[in-house]
Amino acid sequence: MGKTLLDKVWESHAVRELPSGQTQLFIGLHLIHEVTSPQAFAMLRDLKLPVKYPHRTFATIDHIVPTESQARPFRDSLAETMTQSLTDSCREFNIEFFDLRSGQQGIVHVIGPEKGLTQPGMTIACGDSHTSTHGAFGTIAFGIGTSQIRDVLASQCLAISKPKIRKIDVTGTLSRGVYAKDVILSIIHKLGVMGGIGYAYEYAGPVIEAMTMEERLTICNMSIEGGARCGYINPDDTTFAYLDNRQYAPKNGAFDRARSYWSGAASDPDASYDDVVTLNGNDIEPMVTWGINPGQSVPVNGCIPDPESVAPDERDSVAEAMAFMSFEAGRPMKGTPINVAFIGSCTNGRISDLRAAAAIAKGGKVAKHVKALVVPGSMDVARQAKEEGLDEVFREAGFQWRAAGCSMCLAMNPDKLQGREVCASSSNRNFKGRQGSPTGRTLLMSPSMAAAAAIAGEVVDVRDMLNPA
Amino acid sequence: MDNSSITSVTGTMIPLRGDDIDTDRIIPARYLRCVTFDGLGEHAFEDDKAQDPGHAFNDARYRQASILIAAKNFGCGSSREHAPQALNKWGINAVVGQSFAEIFFANCQAMGVPCITVDRDSGERLFAIVESDPAAECRIDIASASIGIGDQTIAGTIPDGAKRSLLEGTWNATAVLLESVKEIDAVAGRIPYLNNFAA
Ligand code: SF4
Repeated sequence: MGKTLLDKVWESHAVRELPSGQTQLFIGLHLIHEVTSPQAFAMLRDLKLPVKYPHRTFATIDHIVPTESQARPFRDSLAETMTQSLTDSCREFNIEFFDLRSGQQGIVHVIGPEKGLTQPGMTIACGDSHTSTHGAFGTIAFGIGTSQIRDVLASQCLAISKPKIRKIDVTGTLSRGVYAKDVILSIIHKLGVMGGIGYAYEYAGPVIEAMTMEERLTICNMSIEGGARCGYINPDDTTFAYLDNRQYAPKNGAFDRARSYWSGAASDPDASYDDVVTLNGNDIEPMVTWGINPGQSVPVNGCIPDPESVAPDERDSVAEAMAFMSFEAGRPMKGTPINVAFIGSCTNGRISDLRAAAAIAKGGKVAKHVKALVVPGSMDVARQAKEEGLDEVFREAGFQWRAAGCSMCLAMNPDKLQGREVCASSSNRNFKGRQGSPTGRTLLMSPSMAAAAAIAGEVVDVRDMLNPA
Repeated sequence: MDNSSITSVTGTMIPLRGDDIDTDRIIPARYLRCVTFDGLGEHAFEDDKAQDPGHAFNDARYRQASILIAAKNFGCGSSREHAPQALNKWGINAVVGQSFAEIFFANCQAMGVPCITVDRDSGERLFAIVESDPAAECRIDIASASIGIGDQTIAGTIPDGAKRSLLEGTWNATAVLLESVKEIDAVAGRIPYLNNFAA
C-alpha cells in the first residue's frame, strides 16, 4: 500500500512518540508576525530558554501595519509598541526580520512562498490559522497558538496528533470567469465549515493540477475555513518551476537534488485515504457568501436562502445569519448593493489576483457610493504591480492603491468598515465584526468579482464583464 | 513552569448557545493590539454583548461561572490564543462543547484548560440544566471525561493524548519536548532541506 504526502512528511519529521500518545513533530520552517509572538518571546524569557534553531524562524509584520502611510512611528501607539517588541525580540534571539525597511515586508503567507522559503516536503508552523496556505507546495503546514509558538521557538517541535486524510478530487475544467476562490468556496459550501475537523485535505484532480501556484495558494489558504487545520497539493513541475531561482530556494546542483526529494514527497498513486470526495469543476460558478461563515454561499445567480426552507439542523444558523445581514430571504444574490470593495489579503492579494482585478477595472469607474481598496499582499507584489502599471489602472478607475499588509481582512489596522456597510471582499472570513465594524457585513468573492462589484456598485456576475475569449 | 496535574474542574456553568462561534467574536481583533494577555478577560464577547442584551456574558447570574457550555464548532477561525486567554482571564477553566475547532482546542490544551466533547443530546441537556438553574454546581472528572451535576452524570470524551497530558501535568509541552534534544538534533541532521540538500 502506498503512502500519502502526509504520511511521508510525518514520518520524516517525527522525533518520537510522546508519553501522551501524540507525536513530537519537528518543524522545518517557523514563520512569525507581530500579533501572536510577543507573548511567546516573553514566556521564553521567563523560562530563560534560547531559540533552538534561530535560522529556521523568519519574521514579518502584516496585521497591524497601516496601509496609507507606513512611516514610523505609527500613529497607533499600540501598533508601534508591537512592532518595536518584534524588532527587539528578533534582534535578541537572532531571527531574520523582513521589516518595513528591508523592502521585503508583506503578509506572512505571501512572502513565505515568494521568497522560496516554503518548499515541498516541509513541515511549517506559524501563529496564524492561514498557515494552511503553504500546503500549496506540498508541505504540511498548520496554524498554532502562542503557547505552541513558544514550544517551536524553544524546541523546533510541536506536540501534535496526526490528522486523518481526505482527498478532494476536482474533475473537469473551470469555465471562464470562474477562479480558484470559487473552487474553494464551493468545496467549503459542500463539506461545511466543520467538515474538515480532524482532517488534512489533499486537493487533487485535473482542475487543481492545471492551476498555477498562486491559484493553489488560494485553495489551500481557505482549508481552515473548511475546518481542516491543514490542506495540501502534491508538488509537481508547476511547483518546481515556481521555486527555481527564488531567493531562499536551493540553487544549481542542490536544486536538482531538491527536485528529486520534492517529487518523492508526493502521494503515491496507490495511497489510501480515510475519505474521498469528488467535485465536478464544470459545475462551479462564481460564488458569493451571503452569511456569517464562509460555508454560507451561493452561486452569483442563486438566491439568498429562506430559513424556512433549509434542513432543520441548519435553520438556527441560517436564521442567525439572516438576522445579522438583514437581507431579504429568497431574494437573488445578484443586485445586492455594496458600500466597500476590498481586494487583497493572503487569500487573494498576489500579483495574479491584482492582474485579474485590474483587467475588470480597466477603463471603468468605481461606483460613486463605493469606497474601493486595492492592497498588495507584499512589497514584492506591489513592485511588480507598479512595473506592470496596474497601480495606475486601479487609480484611474477610482480605486485606492495602498501599501502591503492585511488591511481590511481584519480589524487590527486603520482600514475598517463603518457601521452597517456591506463589503465585497476578496478575503477569507465573513464573520460578524471581522472587518472592523461590529455590525459590518462581508460578502466573500473572487478578486475579479470584487472589482466588478466595485464598478457596478452591487453584486454582479463578472462573466458579463469579460470580453469574449 | 506552570504545569500541574489537572484531574478535575469544579464550579458553576455559563451557557453559550449557537454553532460556529468564531474567535473574532470571542475576542474582537482590536484587542489583539497588545504584547501581553493581561486584561483580555473584560473584553470577552464584547461586540456580541453590545448587540445582545440577553447574551449570557451580560447575565449577572453567570458571572461566577468557571465552566463554559458551548455548542458545535466552538472557537473556529483564527489561531489567536487571545481567545481562550480572554475566556480564562474572565474565569473559565474548562469548556464543554458539542465540537471544537482544532486550533482552539490545542490552544486550550496548551493552557491547561480542558475541552470536553459531548453529543448533541447531552449538550442540549446541559443547556437546559444551566439555563433553569444558573447556580448548579458541576464537577468535571478528567479521567472519565464525565460531567457530574447533582446526582446526574453526563458522559463526555477527551482525546487520549490530551487527557493523558492533563492528568500527567504535561499539557505545557515545552519541557517534555526539550527532554529529547539529542533526537531533535538527529532528525534535523537527517532532513535534506536543513542541510542544503547535500549530495
Ligand atoms: S490577510 Fe487576513 S487572513 Fe491573511 S494573515 Fe492577514 S489577517 Fe490573517
